[in-house]
Amino acid sequence: MIESFLQYEFLQNAAITGILIGIVAPLLGVFIVVRRLSLIADALSHITLTGIAASLLIEKRVSSVNEWNPIYMGMVFSVVGAILIERLRKVYKHYEELAIPIILSGGIGVGVILISLADGFNTDLFSYLFGSVTAVSRDSMWTVLMITTIVIFIVILFYKELFVLSFDEEHASVSGVNGRWVHLLFIVMVALVIASSMQVVGILLVSALMTLPVASAIRIAKSFKQTIGLSVAFGETSVLIGLFSSYHLSVPPGGTIVITAVLILIMSILYKKVRAQQWIKGEA
Amino acid sequence: MKDNTIVTFENVSFKYEKEWVVRNVDLTIKEGQFLGLVGPNGSGKSTLIKLMLGLVKPDHGSVYLFGKPIKQYKDWQEIGFVSQKANSFNSGFPATVMEVVKTGLVSRVGAFKFFTKKHKEKARQALKFVEMEDYAHSNIGELSGGQQQRVFIARALVSDPALLILDEPTVGVDARHVTEFYDLLARLNKEQGITLLMVTHDIGTITDHATHVVCMNKTVHFHGASEEYKEFNEEDLNKLYGHSVQQLTHNHDHEVSPK
Repeated sequence: MIESFLQYEFLQNAAITGILIGIVAPLLGVFIVVRRLSLIADALSHITLTGIAASLLIEKRVSSVNEWNPIYMGMVFSVVGAILIERLRKVYKHYEELAIPIILSGGIGVGVILISLADGFNTDLFSYLFGSVTAVSRDSMWTVLMITTIVIFIVILFYKELFVLSFDEEHASVSGVNGRWVHLLFIVMVALVIASSMQVVGILLVSALMTLPVASAIRIAKSFKQTIGLSVAFGETSVLIGLFSSYHLSVPPGGTIVITAVLILIMSILYKKVRAQQWIKGEA
Repeated sequence: MKDNTIVTFENVSFKYEKEWVVRNVDLTIKEGQFLGLVGPNGSGKSTLIKLMLGLVKPDHGSVYLFGKPIKQYKDWQEIGFVSQKANSFNSGFPATVMEVVKTGLVSRVGAFKFFTKKHKEKARQALKFVEMEDYAHSNIGELSGGQQQRVFIARALVSDPALLILDEPTVGVDARHVTEFYDLLARLNKEQGITLLMVTHDIGTITDHATHVVCMNKTVHFHGASEEYKEFNEEDLNKLYGHSVQQLTHNHDHEVSPK
């Protein structure tokens, strides 16, 4: 693979993009999981698909537009979707989670119609759904690099605000943290990272890369910082092993990445069980 | 409004949806007091605290903190808050005691700045004060209810507040530790000079410890020194609670009505 990596630009694009999202997806995923917002990632990935479909349709119907990178339209839809979810959560104060199926099903409904109008049910679509090692352009790779840099910078800068907001919203408010503003900033970052991840992992599996590594880390870690560190390590391992096996087995990377993440999860659960038993024996 | 007044409520009313939960409340808290806030369930005690912390806005009247209208108030590190919800947080949250206590410094550190060694030391001192320093690196979810409560007090103390507000802090703490808990509060009040406001339904215990008592049911029915409160007409209390107070002082559950 190393030889091919040096030889083919598309492989470099996919690998570098993969490494980048292997860092940021679990990084934001930690905050998503502890705030019990795991399903938001799913809703946003589906609305990203609507954006991609819209982009494909425009490209097809408007002759002056060609070679649009659908990732940009995906990002726009994802960010708008994120803001809409926040609005809806205000409307249904007592049923906040309703916002998620509304946006998710609305997004996929519109998406299917747009894809059909664009005659888009083909291999391209398949790679958006399940990821691809060949579909990442150099252009997208730079965009993802930029987003990764910005997201890491913002998370470091607002780490204590994000942490206090995740642990205890009321206390955050008493501490003078502007919860609404920080939350909006956070959800927009999530939307951008989801749209960035989609080319490698695929829309249907993006949320897995944000949540599975965190699910494993939470079993083992004691501190929040450790949870972040382990989540990123597990996410990165899943991406690297996933991409490598995807290339060699000629299957979509979304599948292999998620399978790797699931295997890590099983190992972390078993590890915890064994540790607990050892502890009991040690006590006795 | 200068002198040593910490909190002032001027004719404050608040309604939740259509129902008035707080009506025409006038209240002042002065520096150095240990104020017990008592009243039956649904009497608006927690809402009063929320108004004081700016978590909800009054429909009528005004709230002043340290002489400033609450809207202009920015020095939130002067106020420590231990919420009733503190013992119902997500106990699976992957954080250490130290990480939790440091969140009490968020407003002191300020935006765009980071925690330093100095802040860590402050957190350690706060933990020492509540006798929890040995647990600094334990996972918060692995502690007992009483231990968690101490950690949340440390979090409220770490920013050196002038006023500490506690909303039903003894709920979920077993009786054995309640006495220790009041000792801790007494140390805070007397040694550290921190003004305390404690919401409780345990009338019997609070009057033994607090310097002042406020008794409310939507509006303030009594406000004065604890000694006076003990002499406060039993008949008035019965009217306020709607049933025998004798029952109340021995029974923690207000829902139980006398036979």
